[in-house]
Amino acid sequence: MSAVETFLDSNELVLNMGPQHPSTHGVLRIILKLDGEKVNGTECVIGYLHRGVEKIAEARTYQMFAPYVDRMDYISAVSNGLGYCLAVEKLGGIEAPPRAQAVRVILTELNRIASHLFWLGTHALDIGAITPLFYTLREREEVLKIFENYCGARLTTHAFRIGGLQYELYEGFEEQVRKFCDDLPGKIDEYEELLTGNRIWVERLTGVGILNAEDCKRYGVSGPMIRAAGVPADLRKLQPYCGYEQYDFDVPTRVNGDCFDRYVVRMAEMRQSVRIIQQAAANVPTGPVMAKVPKVFKPAIGEAYVSIEAPKGELGYFIVSDGTLNPYRLRVRPPSLVNLQSLDAMCKGTLVADVVAIIGTIDIVLGEVDR
Amino acid sequence: MKKLFRRFFLVDFLEGLWVTFRNQHPKYIYTEQYPAERPQIAERYRGAPRLNINPENNETLCISCNLCAIACPENLIVVGWDRNPVTKRKDLTTFIYDTSRCMFCGLCEDACPVDALELTQDFEMASYTREGQIWDRRMLEEGPYPVKYKS
Repeated sequence: MSAVETFLDSNELVLNMGPQHPSTHGVLRIILKLDGEKVNGTECVIGYLHRGVEKIAEARTYQMFAPYVDRMDYISAVSNGLGYCLAVEKLGGIEAPPRAQAVRVILTELNRIASHLFWLGTHALDIGAITPLFYTLREREEVLKIFENYCGARLTTHAFRIGGLQYELYEGFEEQVRKFCDDLPGKIDEYEELLTGNRIWVERLTGVGILNAEDCKRYGVSGPMIRAAGVPADLRKLQPYCGYEQYDFDVPTRVNGDCFDRYVVRMAEMRQSVRIIQQAAANVPTGPVMAKVPKVFKPAIGEAYVSIEAPKGELGYFIVSDGTLNPYRLRVRPPSLVNLQSLDAMCKGTLVADVVAIIGTIDIVLGEVDR
Repeated sequence: MKKLFRRFFLVDFLEGLWVTFRNQHPKYIYTEQYPAERPQIAERYRGAPRLNINPENNETLCISCNLCAIACPENLIVVGWDRNPVTKRKDLTTFIYDTSRCMFCGLCEDACPVDALELTQDFEMASYTREGQIWDRRMLEEGPYPVKYKS
């Protein structure tokens, strides 16, 4: 903090932002230390949505816990379920059949699109552009309809089971997915027309909340945030899981690492997701959808860590088994929580109004931050 | 010059309005007029639970195996049975399903070996009391019945 120069400088205003503030995307409380409009420091107070998911896991069997992970990052419940199922499968030495893997890829990529669409709408709403919200939620509705038709729930899907899938694909799945994939790039063009070409939008976001590659690595930031800083870190490429190595896609990166770059990276990621879905949907292998999993599932004593590329970043599950029905310990590495740690570094020296934009581009879901 | 032209005739503004106007086409409208119009529910929708009965003899399909109660993560299903001395089978006496704690994960449905317990497409499960959320066997078989108030 700079030395006190005038009478006004000495007054540091402490302001609580949240937990009811609509731009904090849930119940995040940020204590802002303000010098006029300038932010001298921030402090996050989290835990308003703490449900003790990791503790709940210790009293549930492996199959029973699967619906709970959907409640962490409820915007991308399918990705959460995939990470958990992969971790338990690694622990138990099970591999999902190829058909199940292809369907898993389709659904998680659809979920990534849904998550990014929802992010785009709410973030634009935070900045002051209200129209994209209506359009993005309209497109997200298509994805939710596919989820509803496939597994019977729209938000907390519980789509995957340990060892594969519970449900076979429904009739018309492929057409619905293909139609969505054909329509979406045009819709993204429309959003870009509304936002990327919009002078207000560009000037509002460019140069705000810069986090360079060095800092990103120091904070352990992952996902679109680190890719916006120029590091092509994508776990789908670095350590392919679930058959991602068969699909041809690019990892979009930018150089500056500011809010605008994060926006551009997410828009490009949606297009890449469409590419992956089209490739995966073109040849879904036939065969069973469920591997042989014993009804009483008791993995051997040991531990497993699996991390996947969730829409928000690296989502990791660490499970310790003591040979009983329940996990001895389950630890989640949520991308939102880790990405949120970098908020202070990004906010120092910016204006209050930019804090909202920065929180928006971190793309946090408080269900996952607090767990 | 071109910039001035665009600014004078509000071209940017009109382009923005054109995007908005384009999206008014009826095929882009996704709003559901819910109470007036029933929404389309997917076939696999996981909604209100139902305990199926055999339509031929009105007997329950449930064999009181208790697997749904074991599979439930929230332990909200309670199955009660009597051992029938004649047939040596379990006869279902009570079946309590607490929908207030249910998260509709569908694990009970998957566990049922005879497809007796099913999550249906019915989604209107509101009630005025907490007790109304606890469904007994009759409610599960016939659907929720409305509370009768004294006139």
